[in-house]
Amino acid sequence: MKIYVPLDSAAVALGADKLAETIVAEGAARGVAVQIVRNGSRGMVWLEPLVEVATEAGRVGFGPMTVADVPGLFGDLGSHPKALGLVEDLPWMKGQTRLTFARVGVIDPLSLEDYRAHGGLVGLDRAKGMTKAQIVAEVTDSGLRGRGGAGFPTGIKWKTVSEAAGDQKYIVCNADEGDSATFADRMLMEGDPFTLIEGMAIAGLACGSTKGYVYIRSEYPVAIRVMDAAVKIARDAKVLGPAFDMEIRVGAGAYVCGEETSLLNSLEGKRGVVRAKPPLPALQGFMGRPTVVNNVISLASVPVIMAKGAAYYKDFGLGRSRGTIPLQIAGNVKHGGLYEVAFGLTLGQIVNEIGGGTASGRPVKAVQVGGPLGAWFPPSLFDTPFGYEEFGAKDGLIGHAGLTIADDSIDMLQMARFAMEFCAIESCGKCTPCRIGAVRGVETLDRLAAGDASAIPLITDLCNTMKSGSLCALGGFTPYPVMSAITHFPDDFARAKEAAE
Amino acid sequence: MLDSHVHSDRIAEILEAHRGLEGPLLPILHAIQEAFGHVPDSAVPQIAAALTLSKAEVHGVISFYHDFRAAPAGRHVLKLCRAEACQTMGADAVAERIKKALGIDWHETTADGRVTLEPVFCLGLCACGPAAMVDGRLVGRCDESVLAEVAK
Repeated sequence: MKIYVPLDSAAVALGADKLAETIVAEGAARGVAVQIVRNGSRGMVWLEPLVEVATEAGRVGFGPMTVADVPGLFGDLGSHPKALGLVEDLPWMKGQTRLTFARVGVIDPLSLEDYRAHGGLVGLDRAKGMTKAQIVAEVTDSGLRGRGGAGFPTGIKWKTVSEAAGDQKYIVCNADEGDSATFADRMLMEGDPFTLIEGMAIAGLACGSTKGYVYIRSEYPVAIRVMDAAVKIARDAKVLGPAFDMEIRVGAGAYVCGEETSLLNSLEGKRGVVRAKPPLPALQGFMGRPTVVNNVISLASVPVIMAKGAAYYKDFGLGRSRGTIPLQIAGNVKHGGLYEVAFGLTLGQIVNEIGGGTASGRPVKAVQVGGPLGAWFPPSLFDTPFGYEEFGAKDGLIGHAGLTIADDSIDMLQMARFAMEFCAIESCGKCTPCRIGAVRGVETLDRLAAGDASAIPLITDLCNTMKSGSLCALGGFTPYPVMSAITHFPDDFARAKEAAE
Repeated sequence: MLDSHVHSDRIAEILEAHRGLEGPLLPILHAIQEAFGHVPDSAVPQIAAALTLSKAEVHGVISFYHDFRAAPAGRHVLKLCRAEACQTMGADAVAERIKKALGIDWHETTADGRVTLEPVFCLGLCACGPAAMVDGRLVGRCDESVLAEVAK
């Protein structure tokens, strides 16, 4: 019997390890030979731990599984109380276009044979027969933009590094996924690590780089373990070697290190302080040398682009947002998880149709799109299509495509205050608008909460200063959640005033 | 003094094991914390000498990052996520009840040395919050029952 039990952090946090042990013990007690595969997650977090049993008809899912549900797996599967049917046929799976996440949840993440059998390494093999310029052109033509949040065209970044002079160049993967509501990087690294390795190897070929680093945040122990193991396997199989090799590095709990220049300082063993740009990291990055710094999902999208061609990828999406985006639907949501789809769904479709509304059953009040530095959207803006420019036009951003859904019990003044508090805790201290502004922001919002309406123009002015005067997105984008809360939810700010009167 | 000799030998081993890395300081600090549960002050001059940095530079790096501790933690470390997605699922209220039950605030350790309570900003478990980490083990849909795991 072949049984899949995810090793994904979310599944583990909901009891998957204990479940795997119990299944093995139950099989042994019954004299049934059980092969357990620890796969990635299919992304349906509300069904985790989601166990799959391989049958002649396909993989049948059961979830959310508890230890008490294990004996039933050895009986009539169809009558199991947690039976979901064929996993591939579930609406959540059928509605998606899984390009970057095609293998996540499907394969054994640490089996290179599985990876090859599901189309892995085709992109790298093709890239090996191409010139640097041809690879760069393919990525540029695909329309792929940085999935970490900035949305900068990946091909242009690669071109700069590829054409830069330098004996040693670097490919650095930014896996410091610190934004609340985002877990796509984590799921990809845990569920299909070879895709990231392959993407980085292709980047190495395109840019003439022989060395890569993956900087993973310390809050992701499972991802670190899987990536470490995958790099060793890839090295043993000669996928990595003298032509291109890589190391896994672990962060140390500083949110700001998700900013590319502060990440580079951290990687060099320094304080994770932001660097002023220019010089661009593409020209003077890690150790002062030309460096590609790309997000996990950007790099992990490259193999499919190289395997199927730029046109195939570019065909998905809308406007200048090409390809697919792994939406991470989180917070107070009925059906939370990862849903990869072409750009262009409206926010309302994502929240209400895919997410199914709130977990609490209460009305949706606000959705924060793009992590702690993203704007809060009210239901009146639910017709906004999911794309970089489309969200920009509504004074928001898509960031790393995480969505935090909140019901009507949320207090937007408190959320605005939290944004400033978080910025104050995590500021690297390099620039004044962020370092001082965030502290003053908390104080000013406390004045507002105490009923001092004169604090509104002050916080607006402070946000303008932070937005235009900060060195990086931490100070520069903290005004998004603050000002969107004030703009779209004025009642929460007026209530405080009434309370004081 | 015996302790600091033991420290110093182990730190020398760690420094040796990281020779040749580009930007070795964070891996070294992680290894030291793994070995001792914290980064002892006595390590700073030794690291500085090995990497030809000033003691101030090494101290500056240690103090910049939330992960590195100057003193040992309690027997258990309980990290509760404070970020937005977990807040929408009631993380603040859970944290308040846990603080009250333990009688400590963030970054504090119970008087009996049993538990250290720390905030964490996102464990990537945002669709099954509130999230927590108990001695390195992940917990989804966390509530006060997590206290049972740090009871001894």
